[in-house]
Amino acid sequence: MTTHDSYASATDTTEGRVYSVTGGDWDSLVTEIGQTKEERVVVNMGPQHPSTHGVLRLVLELEGETITEARAGIGYLHTGIEKNAEYRTWTQGVTFVTRMDYLAPIFNETAYCLAVEKLLGITNDIPERASEIRVLMMELNRISSHMVALGTGALELGALSPMIFAFREREKVLDVFEMISGLRMNMAYVRPGGVAQDLPKGAVAKIRETVKELRHNFKDNEKLLVGNTIWMKRTQGIGYLDLAGCTTLGITGPVLRSTGMPWDLRKTEPYCGYENYEFDVVTTDTCDVYGRFLIRMQELEQSLRIIEQACDKLDKSEGQPVMVADKKIAWPSQLSVGSDGMGNSLEHIREIMGTSMESLIHHFKLVTEGFRVPAGQVYVPIESPRGETGVHLVSDGGTRPYRVHFREPSFNNLQATSAMAEGGMIADVIGAVASIDPVMGGVDR
Amino acid sequence: MSENHGMFGTSGSGDTSGFGGLVRSAANTGSSERPYGSYFDEVADELERAYPEFNDAIEKVVVDRGELTLHVKRERLFETAMKLRDTQSLRFEVCLGVNGVHYPEDKSRELHAVYPLLSMTHNRRIRLEVSVPDSDPHLPSLVEVWAGNNWHERETWDMFGIIFDGHPGLTRILMPDDWPGHPQRKDYPLGGIPIEYKGATVPAPSERRTYR
Repeated sequence: MTTHDSYASATDTTEGRVYSVTGGDWDSLVTEIGQTKEERVVVNMGPQHPSTHGVLRLVLELEGETITEARAGIGYLHTGIEKNAEYRTWTQGVTFVTRMDYLAPIFNETAYCLAVEKLLGITNDIPERASEIRVLMMELNRISSHMVALGTGALELGALSPMIFAFREREKVLDVFEMISGLRMNMAYVRPGGVAQDLPKGAVAKIRETVKELRHNFKDNEKLLVGNTIWMKRTQGIGYLDLAGCTTLGITGPVLRSTGMPWDLRKTEPYCGYENYEFDVVTTDTCDVYGRFLIRMQELEQSLRIIEQACDKLDKSEGQPVMVADKKIAWPSQLSVGSDGMGNSLEHIREIMGTSMESLIHHFKLVTEGFRVPAGQVYVPIESPRGETGVHLVSDGGTRPYRVHFREPSFNNLQATSAMAEGGMIADVIGAVASIDPVMGGVDR
Repeated sequence: MSENHGMFGTSGSGDTSGFGGLVRSAANTGSSERPYGSYFDEVADELERAYPEFNDAIEKVVVDRGELTLHVKRERLFETAMKLRDTQSLRFEVCLGVNGVHYPEDKSRELHAVYPLLSMTHNRRIRLEVSVPDSDPHLPSLVEVWAGNNWHERETWDMFGIIFDGHPGLTRILMPDDWPGHPQRKDYPLGGIPIEYKGATVPAPSERRTYR
């Protein structure tokens, strides 16, 4: 210890007690630190870390290998989608919201469109075929999303093969998306009033074939993980969160269902005609990572069941409209899929440019200005792969949303990290976060 | 109520096409009359029975598009929330967060906070709405009632500048800690800051020609 530090710059303290770790006072410094009994380490995990499921930052306070405090830091992927949507028409909003939870784009689109339709008061005018296509797309999307959850979850715990199998199956689903909408992700396929275009020829047959393949191939992962001793040791009793914890934290989806609560909005508040499909709500009562894993595994099969029923319905409704009849709301043309994705239908362009001035004016007004939505607010919840995706829309009667807010399940559920991780080992944080399955695009919006 | 006319050069409206001639009015719906329909009457009755100060706490009840909204005075928000959660016949055990809406034209009630509530026991949903003036944006925190509101309240503070008194750690959550302003307010421009990329500066979206 010295009372004068000749190396200090003009702004530093030069009088009183001055520590200089390079000097001879190191010993006394170490002794002083050594006197505090507990040994605490703060570890900063993320935002760039292969196991944090995206740009999630975890600040962990450790005592040995036990976590005493876990905090999650988010916001690294904030893109202001909600603000941007206020400057676009109601239809253009679909293109923005689809990018929130990028693993479940169809769910964002559908929730948003259901909310717009509720504001417009046309919920009951949506053609049945449009709802059937929405259900089909949502369940396909649930499979592709669960595949990433399972695959990356296993990968993060050190099991590589399940990830390869999962992504192999996900590709098949994305191929179907590409065939139908022209895009693999962020399709902006569901639109207020219906869907952007009808299924292409041969789509239903292709989906039926895909369902068969998926059902067969899902067994690969099942054989690898269900009942696997190592997997069970890494996941059973880990990330515990019971029903009381879930309700107070507002947690929904597979995490809630792993407490034995059969809460699924497709059953409790059916939308898009889910009441006409036969499927089971999968639950476990273990409240842990393994239970959530089993739920996701079995929901895959339930989704396949719904897809098959949707295919049957789509066969029957062949040729029926997929967009609401009101010409003041419906997008003026059916789009078509070209080599570069979904785009204008040449037939429609020929019509508006060559034959009908009124069609051209109508098209121009509806596309540039958009339709007006009566003032008011709605909240529409749907069951996304991660839980309740709720859309709070406010309209002031104009052609653009006054406020778009997504109640993202990932954002809400990530709060459970502390409850699941604290008191556990550091290695188990990974499993706990993976079982929440947060998608940072949805968390940060 | 504010009115915007004209082609390009309109400001303050979200109209980028320039052809809208948008009229923006403060969404100020009147109170709904009984019967509300659906389970809403029952919810209102039960709350009235459980909560003697009901008439003082609830400013108005709005039923619109099949959804029930209770407009609550901010002084009574905490009590109302507790009653809604704990009363046997109500049991709104889940709050799906809080969301802000900014109505600059709604004088001395500029900032609104909206709480969607869910009762899993009865499979019901209602909504609470509270308004605070811009000059005194304080609300009681409901984290004690529903712990899951923690991050939602932080987000609403971050985006709208509503201060939730009693929140365990009210800090910004999506924007950087030192960010000036609250981006979701209507007077906050889209983008707001110019973008620098490889030496060139692109003006903020609100400053670009097509947006003005």
